[in-house]
Amino acid sequence: MLASISPLELSALLANTPPIDQIGTLERIARIQARSIKGAAKLQGLRMALSMIDLTTLEGKDTPAKVRQLCYKAQHLHDQAADLPIVAAVCVYPTMVGVAKQALGNSGIKVASVSTAFPSGQAPFEVKKLDTLYALDNGADEIDMVISRGRFLAGDYQFVYDEIAAIKALCGAARLKVIFETGELDSLDQVRKISDLAIAAGADFIKTSTGKIQPAATFPVVLTMLGAIKDHYDKTGQMIGMKPAGGISSSKLALQHLLLVKEVLGEAWLSNEWYRFGASSLANDLLMQYQKQLTGKYQSAAYFSID
Amino acid sequence: MEILKTYKLYIGGQFPRTESGRTYPVLAADGSHVANACLASRKDVRNAVQAARKAQAAWAGRSAFNRSQIAYRMAEMLEDRKTLFVNELQSMGASLSAAQSEVQQAIDRCVYYAGWADKYQALISSVNPVSSPHFNFSTPEAMGVVGVVACQQTALLGLISQILPVIIGGNTVVVLANTNQPLCAITFAEVLATSDVPGGVVNILTGEVGEMLPTLAGHMDVNALSLAPLPSALSIAAQEAAVDNLKRCKLYTTDLSATTAQGLHYISDFQEIKTTWHPIEQIAGGAGGY
Repeated sequence: MLASISPLELSALLANTPPIDQIGTLERIARIQARSIKGAAKLQGLRMALSMIDLTTLEGKDTPAKVRQLCYKAQHLHDQAADLPIVAAVCVYPTMVGVAKQALGNSGIKVASVSTAFPSGQAPFEVKKLDTLYALDNGADEIDMVISRGRFLAGDYQFVYDEIAAIKALCGAARLKVIFETGELDSLDQVRKISDLAIAAGADFIKTSTGKIQPAATFPVVLTMLGAIKDHYDKTGQMIGMKPAGGISSSKLALQHLLLVKEVLGEAWLSNEWYRFGASSLANDLLMQYQKQLTGKYQSAAYFSID
Repeated sequence: MEILKTYKLYIGGQFPRTESGRTYPVLAADGSHVANACLASRKDVRNAVQAARKAQAAWAGRSAFNRSQIAYRMAEMLEDRKTLFVNELQSMGASLSAAQSEVQQAIDRCVYYAGWADKYQALISSVNPVSSPHFNFSTPEAMGVVGVVACQQTALLGLISQILPVIIGGNTVVVLANTNQPLCAITFAEVLATSDVPGGVVNILTGEVGEMLPTLAGHMDVNALSLAPLPSALSIAAQEAAVDNLKRCKLYTTDLSATTAQGLHYISDFQEIKTTWHPIEQIAGGAGGY
């Protein structure tokens, strides 16, 4: 593995990582959550959230047929409703990338592949490299890698940095999302530290969780990560994308996340180029709320395709 | 106590305040202010339907015998709180003997439907003769989530007469209680909460029926409506709102607190009949059927 940062640079980087004010973070979130979005703004928000979804299936029991079905859903969210947006991407395991790529054709929906021994990340680097290359060879547009949480918690930041940098080097034109699995990182200070580390190592997107562990994309964690993106942007002018994943299953939560990103980072991030939701059940709730806004009637899951 | 009680709603096995924060005074027959009740909003209706939907599959999946035991337990808990119900009915203007009789009938009705829980299936299912090599049979299934507008004349017995046969058949319910006499409904919720009825099987809302009913009747996740006698404008509006997902609407025209307002058809009103065609194989080339 190529070492791409000197120990001196690394310690300088980590020394600049600010501590997180937990009480302030919670208060700021409480203000966001107290707000209510209604009417036309809600409709617009729901459409925006739909267009930002990485529709995800990451199960041991995934089959090509299941992935094809998900790809169909990605393109036909709810055919009864006119001119709905399509989702941003479909997120699958590397072995399913080829199937998804073929099923999505030229729909404009990207294929994201999880990688580096998702979800645990407990594999030798050579294996992680092959994992990533396999996904890329099959046409993945985006790579969602997991960091080595064990190494990070043990304080081996050099290893974590180098691993991200090495995978980034493999990615070429494909965009790299780095998954922290914040549910295993214990404190907001740690979240901020890994955010700065991953951004410096070349992450195009930072992503909260695998979806396999709770808590996942909680508001304090997301706000902390957005703070890291903002500081990086203020310093360098370079935009980094954000992807909360796991636990966002209701429209209300999704709209509050959009409020948060708009408030912290601004309008520029309000597109699926820079913001994604990693979710599977969120799409249907957004669709049900959308129909509710249009018809005035509360909806039933029975009338929406499962996937 | 000097401070009047504010009765809360019953949703998903919890007693939340209304999301709207509103209350209204409950007046006794003599016009005195005896308590406050929550004036539920359409958001509360939504929450209640959500809770009912969540509970439905597991409730219908329990054995009929288990549902029977739970209904019987409900009767026991109701009996334990007899005095409380009698007092509440009296404050609403009933005489002591009328109040005692209504509570006793309510208890009896719980026991009555507890008995039906594992018997109605045999009576409303059938094996059907068909002119093809099929074993053809019809069996009842719960409709799902049922919206109930409770009897607006009585406080307890009408309510029980509508809830029990619906839940005994595996449905879950969202009940809009008697607007002017909501106390017994919420006290009955306390019975439910302590008698092994899983949270969400019965959800009880108090407030203006006219405000809540359009939302309930239009909700796409409600499968059927059980309507006690209502002003015709309300009842027609509810049936119109129910059209979109083809809700089954049962309009009761008789007094639901009558001694005779119980029977098998109150259960079968909220059962869908499923007919199954099962091919009969020709065993060893023989001509015999099953």
